Amino acid sequence: MTVSILHRASGDGLAIVGAGMFLWWLCAIASGPEAYAAFVACVWHDPSPDISLFHQITNLLGKVVLVGLTWAFFQHLFSGLRHFVLDAGAGYELKTNKMWSAIVIAAGVFATAATWLFILWEKLNG
Amino acid sequence: MGNGTHLGKVRGLGSAQHGSHHWLQARLTALGNLLLVGFLVVSLIRLPLGDYAAVHRWASQPMVALALILLCVSVFTHLRLGLQVLIEDYVHGEATRLLALIALNFYAIGGAAFGIFTIARIALAPVALGPGGM
Repeated sequence: MTVSILHRASGDGLAIVGAGMFLWWLCAIASGPEAYAAFVACVWHDPSPDISLFHQITNLLGKVVLVGLTWAFFQHLFSGLRHFVLDAGAGYELKTNKMWSAIVIAAGVFATAATWLFILWEKLNG
Repeated sequence: MGNGTHLGKVRGLGSAQHGSHHWLQARLTALGNLLLVGFLVVSLIRLPLGDYAAVHRWASQPMVALALILLCVSVFTHLRLGLQVLIEDYVHGEATRLLALIALNFYAIGGAAFGIFTIARIALAPVALGPGGM
Protein backbone atom coordinates (compact mmCIF):
# COMPACT_ATOMS: atom_id res chain seq x y z
CA MET A 1 0.00 0.00 0.00
CA THR A 2 2.71 2.48 1.01
CA VAL A 3 4.79 1.59 -2.06
CA SER A 4 1.76 2.12 -4.28
CA ILE A 5 1.11 5.58 -2.81
CA LEU A 6 4.81 6.47 -3.07
CA HIS A 7 4.83 5.28 -6.70
CA ARG A 8 2.05 7.70 -7.52
CA ALA A 9 3.42 10.56 -5.41
CA SER A 10 6.94 10.27 -6.82
CA GLY A 11 5.54 9.93 -10.33
CA ASP A 12 3.48 13.10 -9.97
CA GLY A 13 6.46 14.97 -8.55
CA LEU A 14 8.65 13.90 -11.45
CA ALA A 15 5.91 14.65 -13.99
CA ILE A 16 5.31 18.19 -12.81
CA VAL A 17 8.40 19.44 -10.95
CA GLY A 18 10.95 17.15 -12.64
CA ALA A 19 9.77 17.70 -16.22
CA GLY A 20 9.41 21.43 -15.51
CA MET A 21 12.99 21.71 -14.20
CA PHE A 22 14.23 19.69 -17.19
CA LEU A 23 12.53 22.03 -19.69
CA TRP A 24 13.78 25.09 -17.78
CA TRP A 25 17.34 23.71 -17.92
CA LEU A 26 17.09 22.92 -21.68
CA CYS A 27 15.67 26.39 -22.33
CA ALA A 28 18.57 27.95 -20.40
CA ILE A 29 21.14 25.99 -22.45
CA ALA A 30 19.40 26.97 -25.72
CA SER A 31 19.26 30.64 -24.69
CA GLY A 32 23.02 31.12 -24.31
CA PRO A 33 25.69 31.60 -21.63
CA GLU A 34 24.05 34.54 -19.81
CA ALA A 35 20.71 32.77 -19.50
CA TYR A 36 22.44 29.60 -18.33
CA ALA A 37 24.43 31.53 -15.71
CA ALA A 38 21.18 33.12 -14.51
CA PHE A 39 19.59 29.67 -14.27
CA VAL A 40 22.49 28.29 -12.20
CA ALA A 41 22.50 31.43 -10.00
CA CYS A 42 18.82 30.87 -9.30
CA VAL A 43 18.61 27.14 -8.61
CA TRP A 44 22.10 26.19 -7.41
CA HIS A 45 24.63 28.89 -6.47
CA ASP A 46 24.75 32.64 -7.01
CA PRO A 47 28.47 33.61 -6.96
CA SER A 48 27.74 37.33 -6.62
CA PRO A 49 29.16 38.85 -3.38
CA ASP A 50 25.97 40.85 -2.68
CA ILE A 51 23.59 37.97 -3.30
CA SER A 52 19.92 38.92 -3.05
CA LEU A 53 17.64 37.48 -0.38
CA PHE A 54 15.55 35.98 -3.19
CA HIS A 55 18.53 34.03 -4.53
CA GLN A 56 19.57 32.98 -1.02
CA ILE A 57 16.12 31.39 -0.69
CA THR A 58 16.04 29.88 -4.20
CA ASN A 59 19.59 28.49 -3.81
CA LEU A 60 18.46 26.59 -0.72
CA LEU A 61 15.12 25.63 -2.23
CA GLY A 62 16.82 24.45 -5.44
CA LYS A 63 18.98 21.98 -3.52
CA VAL A 64 15.98 20.68 -1.56
CA VAL A 65 14.03 20.22 -4.80
CA LEU A 66 16.95 18.48 -6.54
CA VAL A 67 17.47 16.06 -3.64
CA GLY A 68 13.70 15.46 -3.64
CA LEU A 69 13.69 14.80 -7.38
CA THR A 70 16.60 12.38 -7.00
CA TRP A 71 14.63 10.46 -4.39
CA ALA A 72 11.46 10.56 -6.52
CA PHE A 73 13.46 9.26 -9.51
CA PHE A 74 14.92 6.29 -7.63
CA GLN A 75 11.68 5.54 -5.76
CA HIS A 76 9.64 5.59 -8.99
CA LEU A 77 12.33 3.59 -10.81
CA PHE A 78 12.48 0.82 -8.18
CA SER A 79 8.72 0.61 -7.59
CA GLY A 80 8.29 0.64 -11.39
CA LEU A 81 10.61 -2.35 -11.66
CA ARG A 82 8.54 -3.99 -8.91
CA HIS A 83 5.47 -3.40 -11.07
CA PHE A 84 7.14 -5.20 -13.99
CA VAL A 85 7.68 -8.22 -11.73
CA LEU A 86 4.07 -8.08 -10.50
CA ASP A 87 2.85 -7.75 -14.11
CA ALA A 88 4.61 -11.02 -14.87
CA GLY A 89 2.42 -12.59 -12.19
CA ALA A 90 5.22 -13.10 -9.69
CA GLY A 91 5.74 -11.86 -6.15
CA TYR A 92 2.15 -11.95 -4.86
CA GLU A 93 2.84 -14.23 -1.89
CA LEU A 94 2.26 -12.16 1.26
CA LYS A 95 5.77 -12.52 2.68
CA THR A 96 7.57 -11.97 -0.63
CA ASN A 97 5.38 -8.99 -1.48
CA LYS A 98 6.01 -7.37 1.91
CA MET A 99 9.74 -7.98 1.68
CA TRP A 100 10.13 -6.45 -1.79
CA SER A 101 8.02 -3.45 -0.81
CA ALA A 102 10.37 -2.78 2.09
CA ILE A 103 13.43 -3.31 -0.15
CA VAL A 104 12.06 -0.83 -2.75
CA ILE A 105 11.64 1.90 -0.11
CA ALA A 106 15.06 1.24 1.43
CA ALA A 107 16.74 1.14 -1.99
CA GLY A 108 15.19 4.48 -2.95
CA VAL A 109 16.55 6.20 0.16
CA PHE A 110 19.92 4.44 -0.11
CA ALA A 111 20.42 5.32 -3.82
CA THR A 112 19.51 8.97 -3.14
CA ALA A 113 21.98 9.18 -0.25
CA ALA A 114 24.69 7.41 -2.30
CA THR A 115 24.18 9.78 -5.27
CA TRP A 116 24.48 12.96 -3.20
CA LEU A 117 27.39 11.64 -1.14
CA PHE A 118 29.12 10.90 -4.46
CA ILE A 119 28.39 14.42 -5.75
CA LEU A 120 29.67 15.93 -2.49
CA TRP A 121 32.77 13.72 -2.56
CA GLU A 122 33.50 14.70 -6.20
CA LYS A 123 33.09 18.38 -5.29
CA LEU A 124 35.55 18.09 -2.40
CA ASN A 125 38.10 16.08 -4.40
CA GLY A 126 37.62 17.46 -7.89
CA MET B 1 -30.88 -2.22 -23.61
CA GLY B 2 -32.23 -0.08 -20.81
CA ASN B 3 -31.79 3.67 -20.58
CA GLY B 4 -32.35 4.16 -16.87
CA THR B 5 -29.34 3.04 -14.87
CA HIS B 6 -25.66 3.48 -15.77
CA LEU B 7 -25.30 -0.28 -15.80
CA GLY B 8 -28.26 -0.62 -18.13
CA LYS B 9 -26.71 1.79 -20.61
CA VAL B 10 -23.44 -0.07 -20.93
CA ARG B 11 -24.60 -3.66 -20.51
CA GLY B 12 -23.72 -5.74 -23.54
CA LEU B 13 -21.38 -3.13 -25.05
CA GLY B 14 -18.16 -4.73 -23.82
CA SER B 15 -15.10 -2.69 -22.92
CA ALA B 16 -14.13 0.61 -24.56
CA GLN B 17 -11.18 -1.26 -26.16
CA HIS B 18 -8.69 1.38 -25.02
CA GLY B 19 -7.67 -0.01 -21.63
CA SER B 20 -5.05 -2.51 -22.76
CA HIS B 21 -3.57 0.06 -25.17
CA HIS B 22 -3.15 2.54 -22.29
CA TRP B 23 -1.68 -0.19 -20.09
CA LEU B 24 0.80 -1.37 -22.73
CA GLN B 25 1.83 2.21 -23.68
CA ALA B 26 2.57 2.93 -20.01
CA ARG B 27 4.84 -0.14 -19.82
CA LEU B 28 6.62 0.52 -23.13
CA THR B 29 7.36 4.13 -22.24
CA ALA B 30 8.44 2.99 -18.76
CA LEU B 31 11.07 0.84 -20.46
CA GLY B 32 12.07 3.79 -22.64
CA ASN B 33 12.32 6.02 -19.57
CA LEU B 34 14.44 3.43 -17.77
CA LEU B 35 17.08 3.67 -20.51
CA LEU B 36 16.79 7.35 -21.44
CA VAL B 37 16.31 8.97 -18.02
CA GLY B 38 18.98 6.60 -16.70
CA PHE B 39 21.33 8.00 -19.34
CA LEU B 40 20.31 11.59 -18.43
CA VAL B 41 20.83 11.10 -14.69
CA VAL B 42 24.27 9.51 -15.17
CA SER B 43 25.19 12.35 -17.56
CA LEU B 44 24.00 15.01 -15.09
CA ILE B 45 26.14 13.50 -12.33
CA ARG B 46 29.22 13.33 -14.55
CA LEU B 47 28.87 16.70 -16.32
CA PRO B 48 30.44 19.89 -14.94
CA LEU B 49 27.00 21.54 -14.77
CA GLY B 50 28.35 24.99 -13.91
CA ASP B 51 30.40 25.09 -17.13
CA TYR B 52 28.10 26.35 -19.91
CA ALA B 53 30.47 25.54 -22.79
CA ALA B 54 30.89 21.93 -21.61
CA VAL B 55 27.13 21.43 -21.14
CA HIS B 56 26.37 22.97 -24.53
CA ARG B 57 29.05 20.86 -26.23
CA TRP B 58 27.60 17.73 -24.61
CA ALA B 59 24.00 18.51 -25.60
CA SER B 60 24.89 19.35 -29.20
CA GLN B 61 26.44 15.96 -29.96
CA PRO B 62 24.11 14.23 -32.45
CA MET B 63 23.68 11.04 -30.38
CA VAL B 64 23.03 13.00 -27.18
CA ALA B 65 20.53 15.30 -28.91
CA LEU B 66 18.78 12.26 -30.40
CA ALA B 67 18.61 10.58 -26.99
CA LEU B 68 17.23 13.78 -25.41
CA ILE B 69 14.54 14.07 -28.12
CA LEU B 70 13.53 10.42 -27.62
CA LEU B 71 13.53 11.12 -23.86
CA CYS B 72 11.07 13.99 -24.36
CA VAL B 73 8.72 11.74 -26.35
CA SER B 74 8.94 8.84 -23.90
CA VAL B 75 8.76 10.89 -20.70
CA PHE B 76 5.89 13.13 -21.78
CA THR B 77 3.87 10.19 -23.14
CA HIS B 78 4.43 8.33 -19.86
CA LEU B 79 3.54 11.30 -17.64
CA ARG B 80 0.42 11.96 -19.72
CA LEU B 81 -0.78 8.39 -19.13
CA GLY B 82 0.11 8.53 -15.43
CA LEU B 83 -1.47 11.90 -14.69
CA GLN B 84 -4.55 10.87 -16.72
CA VAL B 85 -5.16 8.02 -14.26
CA LEU B 86 -4.57 10.41 -11.36
CA ILE B 87 -7.20 12.82 -12.73
CA GLU B 88 -9.67 10.00 -13.42
CA ASP B 89 -9.24 8.80 -9.83
CA TYR B 90 -9.40 12.09 -7.96
CA VAL B 91 -11.11 14.74 -10.09
CA HIS B 92 -14.87 14.33 -9.87
CA GLY B 93 -17.54 16.15 -11.85
CA GLU B 94 -17.66 15.82 -15.61
CA ALA B 95 -16.79 19.42 -16.50
CA THR B 96 -13.82 19.77 -14.12
CA ARG B 97 -12.53 16.37 -15.15
CA LEU B 98 -12.75 17.27 -18.83
CA LEU B 99 -10.97 20.58 -18.20
CA ALA B 100 -8.26 18.83 -16.19
CA LEU B 101 -7.72 16.31 -18.98
CA ILE B 102 -7.53 19.08 -21.57
CA ALA B 103 -5.00 20.98 -19.43
CA LEU B 104 -2.99 17.77 -19.05
CA ASN B 105 -2.91 17.23 -22.81
CA PHE B 106 -1.82 20.82 -23.39
CA TYR B 107 0.95 20.39 -20.81
CA ALA B 108 2.14 17.02 -22.12
CA ILE B 109 2.09 17.82 -25.83
CA GLY B 110 3.24 21.42 -25.35
CA GLY B 111 6.03 20.35 -22.98
CA ALA B 112 7.29 17.68 -25.35
CA ALA B 113 7.23 20.06 -28.32
CA PHE B 114 9.01 22.76 -26.29
CA GLY B 115 11.67 20.29 -25.17
CA ILE B 116 12.27 18.95 -28.67
CA PHE B 117 12.48 22.48 -30.06
CA THR B 118 15.08 23.58 -27.47
CA ILE B 119 17.18 20.48 -28.18
CA ALA B 120 17.01 21.12 -31.93
CA ARG B 121 17.97 24.76 -31.22
CA ILE B 122 20.97 23.63 -29.16
CA ALA B 123 22.15 20.98 -31.62
CA LEU B 124 21.57 23.03 -34.78
CA ALA B 125 22.53 26.50 -33.49
CA PRO B 126 24.96 28.29 -35.78
CA VAL B 127 28.53 28.34 -34.46
CA ALA B 128 28.31 32.12 -34.07
CA LEU B 129 25.66 31.60 -31.39
CA GLY B 130 27.90 29.32 -29.36
CA PRO B 131 29.65 30.31 -26.13
CA GLY B 132 31.55 33.55 -26.46
CA GLY B 133 30.26 34.14 -29.97
CA MET B 134 27.09 36.04 -29.23
